[in-house]
Amino acid sequence: MSMEIPYTVEARPDTGLTNGKLGIWLFLASEVMLFGALFASYVMLRVGSQNWPPGSTYLNIPLATLNTVILISSSVTMVLAWASIAKHDFKRFRLFMGITILCGFGFLIVKYFEYSAKFHHELYPSTNTFLAIYFTLTGLHGLHVIGGMAVNSYLWGPGSALYKTDPVHFMNRVENSGLFWHLVDLVWIFLFPILYLL
Amino acid sequence: MSDSHDSKHAAHAGHSAEEVDRHVRAAYYVFGSLLVLTGFTVGAYFLHLPKHLAITLALLIATTKGSLVAAWFMHLVSERKLIYWMLVLTALLFIPLLLLPTLTVADHIHLR
Repeated sequence: MSMEIPYTVEARPDTGLTNGKLGIWLFLASEVMLFGALFASYVMLRVGSQNWPPGSTYLNIPLATLNTVILISSSVTMVLAWASIAKHDFKRFRLFMGITILCGFGFLIVKYFEYSAKFHHELYPSTNTFLAIYFTLTGLHGLHVIGGMAVNSYLWGPGSALYKTDPVHFMNRVENSGLFWHLVDLVWIFLFPILYLL
Repeated sequence: MSDSHDSKHAAHAGHSAEEVDRHVRAAYYVFGSLLVLTGFTVGAYFLHLPKHLAITLALLIATTKGSLVAAWFMHLVSERKLIYWMLVLTALLFIPLLLLPTLTVADHIHLR
């Protein structure tokens, strides 16, 4: 009995989509609900609080701005990686996917310095409600960055063997991984102002 | 690699070479716009606007940036209808999720 997932290359006639693409969009919808629930928690905690500190009391705005630029840049290199493989240019795909992964590392390194500074000043999630929601939201987002980097690294390395046998299937995987990576960027676009600037 | 081969390969994958080039060009414009809007977000912070105005402005800019990412990087400008319907359903569920907890703590609303 074949265990192959159907419609990974050709679109399913009834949906007009490959199963992989439909699957990743359903996953992204669940991610919107996950982060949506946490955003709702943030709003509720903030509205119900007598005193809510401005983000700049605890957080470093220049570092967060740098991280915003890094993630936006990584989204562009992800598009260029997808475009390269769509045009059958494997070398350029590797270059841009490599830069995307490095941008992910850059983001995490900046986050490491941010977290270290907090811990050095004995600021923990248990210190107050603001820091609790800050660490929860940015920690969960950071895990998503790591997850995206893991998939991108697989596609850059061992997973790229598929390109030789089934290039279209490989391109679809790159596209789906890109959709996830862009969502990670999109979530950060909202996290940055609400945590750091408001 | 010849251009005709490029076109054939890209077309087989559901994207013509021209379509791919269009997405790449758009990505550069979107990148520039996102950088400028990030500058506006940070700039607005240093204006020390009244709280309500600052929140409205920051969320407006973030929504614009998010829409650009979704439309062009995630290719929603040219996506299948099924994806749109799925996102509409997600939005319909997301909005109450965002509002309900807040409404329950509002003094002037009595949920029975």
